[in-house]
Amino acid sequence: MAKDSDASIGEGSVTRRRFMNFVGWGSFVSFFGGITLGTLRFFFPRVLYEPLQQFIAGKPEDYQVGEVSTRMLKEQRVWMIRNTEGIYALIAICTHLGCTPIWHPAEERIKCPCHGSNFLVDGQNVAGPAPVPLFRAAISLDLAGNIVVDKGRQENQPDKRAKPPFLLPVPKA
Amino acid sequence: MALGFKSAQKAVLESQIWKSIFRHGYAMNRRNRLLAVTNNVFYHILPTKISKYGMRMRFHWGAGIITFYLFLVLTFTGVLLMFYYTPMVPRAYYDMKDLQFVVPFGNILRNVHRYGAHAMVFMVMVHMARTFYTSAYKPPREFNWVVGVILLVFTFLLSFSGYLLPWDQLAIWAVTVGTNMARATPLLGHEGPFANLLGMKIDNDVRFALLGGTTVGSATLLRFYVLHCIAFPIILTAFIAVHFWRVRRDGYSGDVFVRGEG
Repeated sequence: MAKDSDASIGEGSVTRRRFMNFVGWGSFVSFFGGITLGTLRFFFPRVLYEPLQQFIAGKPEDYQVGEVSTRMLKEQRVWMIRNTEGIYALIAICTHLGCTPIWHPAEERIKCPCHGSNFLVDGQNVAGPAPVPLFRAAISLDLAGNIVVDKGRQENQPDKRAKPPFLLPVPKA
Repeated sequence: MALGFKSAQKAVLESQIWKSIFRHGYAMNRRNRLLAVTNNVFYHILPTKISKYGMRMRFHWGAGIITFYLFLVLTFTGVLLMFYYTPMVPRAYYDMKDLQFVVPFGNILRNVHRYGAHAMVFMVMVHMARTFYTSAYKPPREFNWVVGVILLVFTFLLSFSGYLLPWDQLAIWAVTVGTNMARATPLLGHEGPFANLLGMKIDNDVRFALLGGTTVGSATLLRFYVLHCIAFPIILTAFIAVHFWRVRRDGYSGDVFVRGEG
């Protein structure tokens, strides 16, 4: 059925049919490809309605040395802990799978009810499946002398977590 | 390369998964090719046999299939809009504004949904007018005209229920006015004729059931949202299926010989 002229059409030569095929399928693919990519981008919003990661946690003198305060726990999921060096904000999110651990004063242990991970007051993981210590949030004083905790900045390495900005040094009273 | 394209193709085509989806291979004779068309749901809209006279664009204007295409577009964009829209009074208006100004591609999506809805209402009416002027509603197609009227009503209901969802002044007052007409429903509306026979009052009539209260409020927003996103589309889809099935069963109305054409 092939005409004589068809024989002269090479593999890579541009014919009207190939050009129209290219234009047609190109439009089809770019149209639906654009819709697909746009739809994927649609699922990543530019604005979030999540609570602010920063909060004010009272004044340094509100906390006693050796105290593990649970006053911010319900609202902010953070223990405010003061030792002889200063105050730090320990985040109550288990490093295993994200449950909220419980502070047991009698045993001086933080224990997770989900899978039994144990932590010390400084956040160090000592038992159970938790692979790394609990995180501490950045903590500082604002100009009015209020404690400002920023959960957006976290640290759990022993050499970094025990000094500013993850520890607020408080002079001994 | 032992595993070339040909052998990979063969492995896919002969797998049980492929064969369970595409029951027949590529049809190699005329009869099987015809059967592949007539048995396929996606080729099912028109009757098996149709003459070229029936396919004149200036006869059918493509109005029905454009309406159906718009319904698909509206379903797609509507489902996407649902990901960011909350049918609550404190959030609905601001979610709509977020879609316009904050969400990536949100504004174009909202506008496609909005103008697509206008276009669908318009095309449904064009389709109806064409059917009327070409006498396509006459026997044996009179039942499909009735199905078409039901589809028209549910298109209006979808349009009306979607109109409330932006929860701006236009939406609230348009629905207030629209649902106030339901007060005058005979028997079922508290201001309509014979309303006293059923003991209709403002808090137990058909308008009350529609609004979920005596005025347009938070209950109305939730009701219209559920109706708009779930109930009406499902009902419309069911009647669209019947509509298409009857087009195929009753024969295509444009399928007549016209002297001097063809």
